[in-house]
Amino acid sequence: MSDKTTQEIVLNGINASPGICIGKAYLVDKEGVDVISRYAIPKAQVANELKRFKAAVKKSRDELRAIIENMPEDFRQQINILETQEVLIKDKLLYGKTITVIEQERVNAEWALKKVVSQLKSIFQEMADPYLKERASDVVNLADRIMRNLVGAKQINIGQIDKRVILVAGDLSPAETSQIRLEKIKGFITDKGGKASHTGIIARTLEIPAVVATGEATATIKNDDLIILDGVAGTVIIQPSERTLVKYEKRRMRYERQKAAINRRSRLPAETLDGQSVKVLGNIELPEEVVAVINYGGDGIGLYRTEFQYMRRPRFPDEDELYDKYSDVVQVMAPKPVTIRTLDINGDKAIAAENGFNEANPALGLRGIRYCLQRPEIFRTQLRAILRAAVFGQVRIMFPMVATQREVVQAKEAVKKAAGSLAQEGVPFGEEFEIGVLIEIPSAVIMADAIAEEADFFSIGTNDLIQYTLAIDRTNKNVAHLFRPLDPAILRMLKRITDIAHQKNIKVFICGEMASYPIHVPILLGLGMDEMSMNPQAIPTIKQMIRSIKISDTKPLVEEALKLRSAEKVFALLRDTYGDILSEFNRTDNGAGNVIEEKAKGKGARRKA
Amino acid sequence: MMISKEAVITNELGLHARSAAQIAKLAARARHGVWLVKGEERAAASSIIDLIALECPRGTKIAVIIDNPSDREVLDAISELIENGFGE
Repeated sequence: MSDKTTQEIVLNGINASPGICIGKAYLVDKEGVDVISRYAIPKAQVANELKRFKAAVKKSRDELRAIIENMPEDFRQQINILETQEVLIKDKLLYGKTITVIEQERVNAEWALKKVVSQLKSIFQEMADPYLKERASDVVNLADRIMRNLVGAKQINIGQIDKRVILVAGDLSPAETSQIRLEKIKGFITDKGGKASHTGIIARTLEIPAVVATGEATATIKNDDLIILDGVAGTVIIQPSERTLVKYEKRRMRYERQKAAINRRSRLPAETLDGQSVKVLGNIELPEEVVAVINYGGDGIGLYRTEFQYMRRPRFPDEDELYDKYSDVVQVMAPKPVTIRTLDINGDKAIAAENGFNEANPALGLRGIRYCLQRPEIFRTQLRAILRAAVFGQVRIMFPMVATQREVVQAKEAVKKAAGSLAQEGVPFGEEFEIGVLIEIPSAVIMADAIAEEADFFSIGTNDLIQYTLAIDRTNKNVAHLFRPLDPAILRMLKRITDIAHQKNIKVFICGEMASYPIHVPILLGLGMDEMSMNPQAIPTIKQMIRSIKISDTKPLVEEALKLRSAEKVFALLRDTYGDILSEFNRTDNGAGNVIEEKAKGKGARRKA
Repeated sequence: MMISKEAVITNELGLHARSAAQIAKLAARARHGVWLVKGEERAAASSIIDLIALECPRGTKIAVIIDNPSDREVLDAISELIENGFGE
């Protein structure tokens, strides 16, 4: 910051993950590659810097080769582009020149590459032929790839910072978040996103405060700005005054104390006032997060998202690699259950994305079980890994994005085949496992009775179910406030699913974000959920909420809620009934209380009578 | 002694990345320098980027030049490629 007359700037956004932190800003630019800084390389280190650059080039080349090899012939156009890039990569004006710059100017490889690329860009810029000018993008794309590998290989930029920082970005895709060394991150601020966006989920899982949907954070905040991030209120204060700093430091400490108090009780079972005990499980994405689930007193894993091993890499993981990860989780959690969701590849969480596999509408595209049934060899690899891991504990297999009964039948057939192949090869695998369906598409709700015939359990994925039912993209700031778990349409769907599960005598769980808010607990208990699963950090709060209420009160409450005509009215009913209990949580976890109010905040709350 | 051969870019899209890549591939076989010349400017045939930057849309007259006659085969192959419109 150059000016000395600093003025506090306050940005409002959505409080995606609670907590308060104070620190220096670190900006991630649009491409997801860190802002490149220049630094001198001592003479003795030049050779090493060259090696680093060459390694990044080689890695980029290998990646391109692998992508080309995995690409079906129909993508001829794509293959052409990639093959051109493959040749381009060693072009002397790119490769040779970067090496010259490193050698002669003794600067870091990132800077040298950036310099060379911006020179090339300006050459292309001056060209008159629009088509040829456009081709400059091939060079830029390629340079981006090398840069990613350069930065990723050594993680020089994030690694350079010895203090922990607050990350500021436009939006973070799962692939980008996987590049970040999270232990260096104090908090997240993004321009876009919503409460249930990927950044929000990751932040809550790792207990890092986050404010998303600020709209203009990257435009307003500069690198190294001192900022206060209040993930409870959803505000960001840039260049705070001394007084504000003191105020927030106190607030931060109070927050930490209250959180610690709740967490101390988290290991105790969750039993309602009238003696009904309820299982509370954790959702995880990385095997390492099992520890968080155990620490927070989780009764198992209700959702293990398995996409992570498929991201940011040129090839699909092999069976042994997957088996290692799964068996880790199962072993650590045993004898408590681990619910493994089979690959839910979609637009932004996939190798497919890196393959240039673009769909206009990925949420409605080839993903989840649809994808797995089309790619039996990939599905088989994962299923075999899961079955082998099942030796070590209680495993449940869960299929995502199921729209029809037929898909369940086919997926089960694939499980049977995978088991058969293991048996034939004499490879040990667990024979005791349950198979369930993630209920997240409206058609699956409507056909729940048919699907129940093929399943041992249902688990309700409310994030997608709400998205598909209300036609709301929860990462779209313009409509994110309409993403309401308490919408009567959603309540009726939940009612239908739980009723059918009970009738058909199968278990019913919930693993969507909805379960992580205390205000929803009475509804979920009243509907008769057998288990609730959520981000590990929410477990203590939810357990405490369960301990504060009577299950016998919740059934009539659900009946009453089902008669209401708007999310606002359902919310008001819950607030009026449980306001006293909920107010205890509000202080520590703003996400707890008023889901609707927060969402409407800053969007000009519209309340219907 | 250098040898020069004239050619006209005939493919619709001109000398773009993909066509330049084909030239660069051939040029890589040469032992000595291979160049594309347009008016006063010249570009190394082995560099796609240099070739693109030469800016040759359809109809551009160029000359392919080799620094040494031993690369005659490369010269002929490149000229033929250009004359055939890069097989597009």
